[in-house]
Amino acid sequence: MTTLPAHTEKKLGLAIDLDTCVGCHACVISCKEWNTSNYGAPLSDIDAYGAEPMGTFLNRVHTFEVKADGSNAQTVHFPKSCLHCEDAPCVTVCPTGASYKRSEDGIVLVNEVDCMGCGLCAWACPYGARELDKVEGVMKKCTLCVDRIYNKNIPEEDRVPSCVRTCPAGARHFGDFADPQSSVSKLAAERGGLVLMEAQGTKPVNRYLPPRPKADVTNTAQIDIPNPYLKPASSKPDGFLGWLDNALEKI
Amino acid sequence: MHPAPSVIIFTSLSGLGFGLMAWLGFGFPPVSGMIAFWFFLIAYVLAVGGLLASVFHLGNPKNSIKAFSQWRSSWLSREGIMAVVSLLVMAIYAIGLIFLEQRWQVVGWVGAAFSLITIYTTSMIYGQMKTVPRWNMSLTPPLFLLYALAGGALLAGQIFPAILLLVALTVLQYISWQIGDARFEQAHHTIETATGLGNLGKVRLLESPHSSPNYLLKEMVHIVGRKHAQKLRIISIVLLGIVPAVILVLVPFNHMLAGIAVLSHLVGLFVSRWLFFAEAEHVVGLYYDKR
Ligand code: SF4
Ligand code: SF4
Ligand code: SF4
Repeated sequence: MTTLPAHTEKKLGLAIDLDTCVGCHACVISCKEWNTSNYGAPLSDIDAYGAEPMGTFLNRVHTFEVKADGSNAQTVHFPKSCLHCEDAPCVTVCPTGASYKRSEDGIVLVNEVDCMGCGLCAWACPYGARELDKVEGVMKKCTLCVDRIYNKNIPEEDRVPSCVRTCPAGARHFGDFADPQSSVSKLAAERGGLVLMEAQGTKPVNRYLPPRPKADVTNTAQIDIPNPYLKPASSKPDGFLGWLDNALEKI
Repeated sequence: MHPAPSVIIFTSLSGLGFGLMAWLGFGFPPVSGMIAFWFFLIAYVLAVGGLLASVFHLGNPKNSIKAFSQWRSSWLSREGIMAVVSLLVMAIYAIGLIFLEQRWQVVGWVGAAFSLITIYTTSMIYGQMKTVPRWNMSLTPPLFLLYALAGGALLAGQIFPAILLLVALTVLQYISWQIGDARFEQAHHTIETATGLGNLGKVRLLESPHSSPNYLLKEMVHIVGRKHAQKLRIISIVLLGIVPAVILVLVPFNHMLAGIAVLSHLVGLFVSRWLFFAEAEHVVGLYYDKR
């Protein structure tokens, strides 16, 4: 059913830390690995070793440069997967009923058995979170690893999304945003979690934690940029030359 | 947006087909028998041909039957249902006219109304897309309806209404381009709002997430074709409205010239639909620093 639930019991989603993400793309790879071999059709690659390799991914990492007037530019790595929007336009446009939002936890999914591959949901998503698989002809998107988070067959510490489990920097956090006491809600509150493209009215669940303010490296009076912690090198030679120097001075 | 031939043919031809059907339903021209057969054949070939072309846009067409199920929320689903209803109602009306020499005018009116509703639902597939500000405006439905009514009048041989509608269409298309050009800016979507990083400074893409294009870029960030957009707009508007209107006004009716007017309109229509897609900027391009 492509009408949206009026209310979801939980709002499961990700808090993504733009301060700690190092842009290693490990989450991209682990997401692809998990999702190509589990829920739904595999994620195809086309011309993988050719001139224009293309493939389906549910998670991508962009890298931006941000620069304010008079300060240094700063690099921000920006992982992007489905934001599991509360007012998900991708769901309501779907003509077949393949796209839906779960009332129990708010996860937005595609039932591939019903999808006709019209691509309209990808048009409706402002964030580029849906990709039509070239080989299977059905729509693929982040499942919030629904087949991991409730999976009693895997160890408890693995019952989080694959991208979250993999991230070596701990930049992706998974939890319930409906619960104000959850770790992700607290993180978002403390760090001023960002909502992407708010004017689209999609009400994303995922939050982006903005980069923390950087030290002012342009103020050279405070910091010796090349060697902040080294003592100034002695101008006097040591060793044999030092002895010679001393001896000659004494003459 | 990628100007895929399947969607251009779909919106152009089915619009024309349902436009002609609306005129026939309202009883213009008041045909019956064999002549009615030919008119309805043209309308059905265009409408059904357009709908079939849209199937080529699907990755998994075997599920297309399911597209009739989500009319509560989906404009595409409503479009499919309305198209089938219009075709069925008009079939009853057509059978009466062609084989029984009966004019069931009420059925014709209902069929015509459904044909117009079908065109409206088609327009809303695009008009609802907040992600494409150029489409997401109140002018999109009237524009689609005017295209269908003007083209339909031309095909139905309704000379005087056709002239008026073609002139109106030319004006409305021009206005839509002018207003559409400003829509993206008015929607206030920038790479800064897309990333949420605006309060830290000016944002630009440093490294793309992938080294060659992906589905998103191929489908939604079509930039190459826009170079000649201005020239194509002029070509389109001249062929679409001005040439056919001038032919109809200046030359006493003859089939040869009417054919040229229709052909000119058709080419202009295809060019303008190509532009409708090629010029439409999707907000996802912002994540790639592209519009
Ligand atoms: S991010 Fe896109 S695909 Fe995910 S729920 Fe929101 S609109 Fe739908
Ligand atoms: S591509 Fe599939 S999931 Fe998306 S709108 Fe079409 S039928 Fe629905
Ligand atoms: S939650 Fe799962 S499907 Fe979604 S981006 Fe992470 S690994 Fe991929």
